[in-house]
Amino acid sequence: MTASLELQGLCKRFGGLTATDNVSLSVAAGSLHALIGPNGAGKTTLINQVAGDLHPDMGKIRLGGIDIGELPAWQRVRHGLARTFQITQVLPDYTALDNVALAVQVRQGHSFRFLADARKNRDAREQAAQYLQDVGLASRSSSLVSEIGHGERKQLELAVALATRPSLLLLDEPMAGLSPLESQEMIDQLAKLIGKVTIVLVEHDMDAVFALADRISVLVYGRVVATGDGDDIRANEEVRVAYLGEGHD
Amino acid sequence: MTSDSLETRTLKQASPILTLRGVVIAALVVALLALPALAKVFNSPAAVGLATQVLIYAIAAMSLNLILGYGGMVAFGHAAFFGLGGYAVGILYQHSADNTAFLGFVSGTDSLMVAVVAAMLVGALAAAAIGSLSLRTSGVPFIMITLAFAQMVFFLFVSLKAYGGDDGLMMRRRDILPFINARDDTAYYYICVGLAACWFVFTALIVRSRFGFVLSGLRQNERRMIAIGIAPYRYRLVAFIVAGAGAGLAGALMANYLRFVSPDMMHWSKSGELMMMVILGGAGTLAGPLLGAATMVLLETVLAAQTENWQLYLGCILLAIVMLTRGGLAALFNRLPGGRS
Repeated sequence: MTASLELQGLCKRFGGLTATDNVSLSVAAGSLHALIGPNGAGKTTLINQVAGDLHPDMGKIRLGGIDIGELPAWQRVRHGLARTFQITQVLPDYTALDNVALAVQVRQGHSFRFLADARKNRDAREQAAQYLQDVGLASRSSSLVSEIGHGERKQLELAVALATRPSLLLLDEPMAGLSPLESQEMIDQLAKLIGKVTIVLVEHDMDAVFALADRISVLVYGRVVATGDGDDIRANEEVRVAYLGEGHD
Repeated sequence: MTSDSLETRTLKQASPILTLRGVVIAALVVALLALPALAKVFNSPAAVGLATQVLIYAIAAMSLNLILGYGGMVAFGHAAFFGLGGYAVGILYQHSADNTAFLGFVSGTDSLMVAVVAAMLVGALAAAAIGSLSLRTSGVPFIMITLAFAQMVFFLFVSLKAYGGDDGLMMRRRDILPFINARDDTAYYYICVGLAACWFVFTALIVRSRFGFVLSGLRQNERRMIAIGIAPYRYRLVAFIVAGAGAGLAGALMANYLRFVSPDMMHWSKSGELMMMVILGGAGTLAGPLLGAATMVLLETVLAAQTENWQLYLGCILLAIVMLTRGGLAALFNRLPGGRS
C-alpha cells in the first residue's frame, strides 16, 4: 500500500527564523525521496509538520490526495502515515516485542478494552514477532527496551513504524549514530521496502542517500534549492557550494 | 518510574507457588481474614477499626495509583473525589433521616448499596468534569490545576451550611445492607475487605488489559504513543474517571465507618497523604498502595500515641523509607526470593 505525498507552499517561522520557506514537494507513490541539507536547514522541522507534531503557518499537505494538514498527529497515522525519530522514541519499560505489539494493537482498533490480558492477544504478538524478525531484531524480542543498544532502538522504531502498516514512512536520520555495519544493515532493510511504501528519508549519510533515493531534494535555510535524481544533485553547482562542498558530515 | 515492570514481571514469572514471596502473600490474606478473631484473642478490639481504615485508604490509594503510578498523571487533588463520595453518603443519609429530598427531587437513602453506587457515580462525574479540563495540561500546570479544583470543592463544602459547613455532617447510624448487619464493626470490616479485594482485582485486570497497555505506554513516552495513532487525552480521561469512582467508593466507606463527613476529607493535605501512600508503597505496583496505606495509618496511630510531635517523626521515617527502598515498599517485597530479581 503506497500513497503519494504532496506539499504545497509550506511555511513555518519561529520568531525571526524562517525554518520552512515556501516548500513545495511532490513524492511519487512507492518512491524513496531523500531530504538532505546542512545542519539547521529545517529538515526535521519539515518532517514534524508532515507528521503533525508542528503546525505549519501556511501551506497544504496531501497524502494520497487527502488533505491531512489540519489533522492531529495521531489521526494522520490512521491515514497511513508513520515516522521514526531522530532521537529514538520508545517505551523503555516494555520489551521490544511489547513495543511492536502495542502498535499492532492500536492498528487493530480502539484500546478501550479493560479486562482481557493484552499480552494474550496472540494475533498481535505473532504479527509483532514477524516485524521484529523483518528488521533483524528477533533475538532481542523479550529484552527490555531500556536495556537494548542505540542501533537496536533504531531498528525497533522501524519495526514499530512498519507495524502500523503505513503507506508513507517518514524516516528522520535512521542511520545516525549507527556503526558502519549497522548502517549497512539498515540500508539493506530500507532497500527491501522500496516500492512497497512511500518513503521520505532525512539522512546525512551520503552513501546511503545516493544508494537508496529515487529523488533527492536539498534544503538550505528552509528552502528547497534543488530537486532531482542522484546525478542531478551531484552535478548541481548550488548544492556543491551550499552543502557537498562542506564535506560529508 | 522504572519500578513499574509489573507488566513485564507477570510475563517472566515462572510462578512456583511455594516461594517465600508466595508464603508472604498467603500469610497476608490469612491475617486479613483472621484479624477480627485475633483481635478478640489478644483483647484489642481497636485493631479491627484500624484495619478497616487501612483498607479504605488502600482503595483510595489504589485508585490514585492507576493514574499516578501507571498513567504518570501527578494528580494533586484526589481527596476531592474521596470527600465527594463521603458527602454523597452523608447527604443521602440526612435526607433519608429528615424524610426530605436532595434538591427537591432526589430522595435520601440509608441503603449502603445505593449510597455506595451513588458515591462512585458522583466521584466519576466529578472526575469527568475536573479531568476534562485539567488533562488539557500536563506537568506542573496539571498538578496545580488539579489542586485548584480540589480546593474549590473543599471551599464549596465549607460554605455549604445546609450540610454542616465547616463542622461537617453527622450520621446517627451506619447505612444498612440486606442480610448483613453492617452496623456491626466486624461485619463492616469484612465488607471493606471484600470491596478492597474487588478493587484490587479490578485494578490488576485493567493494568494488563489493552487499555492498561496504552495507559502505561503514555506514561513512558507520549510522543511514541501519538506516533502509533493514540489520542492521549481520551485514554487519560477514562483512567481519571475510573480513579474518581474508586476514590468515591473509598469516601463512601469512610463516611460510613466514621459516621461523619467534613470538608477535612477533601483538604489538600489529604490529597498529599494519598500521594504519599502511593509513593511510599511503590507507585505503579499493585501491592504498593496497600502497603503504603497500612504503613501510613499504623505509623500515624502508633506515633500519635507516643508524642505530640508525631508528624516530625513520621516525616523522618517516610523520608528514610522512600530513600532507602528506591521504588517503595513493594520494591523491597519484590526482592524476596520468588519475585523478580
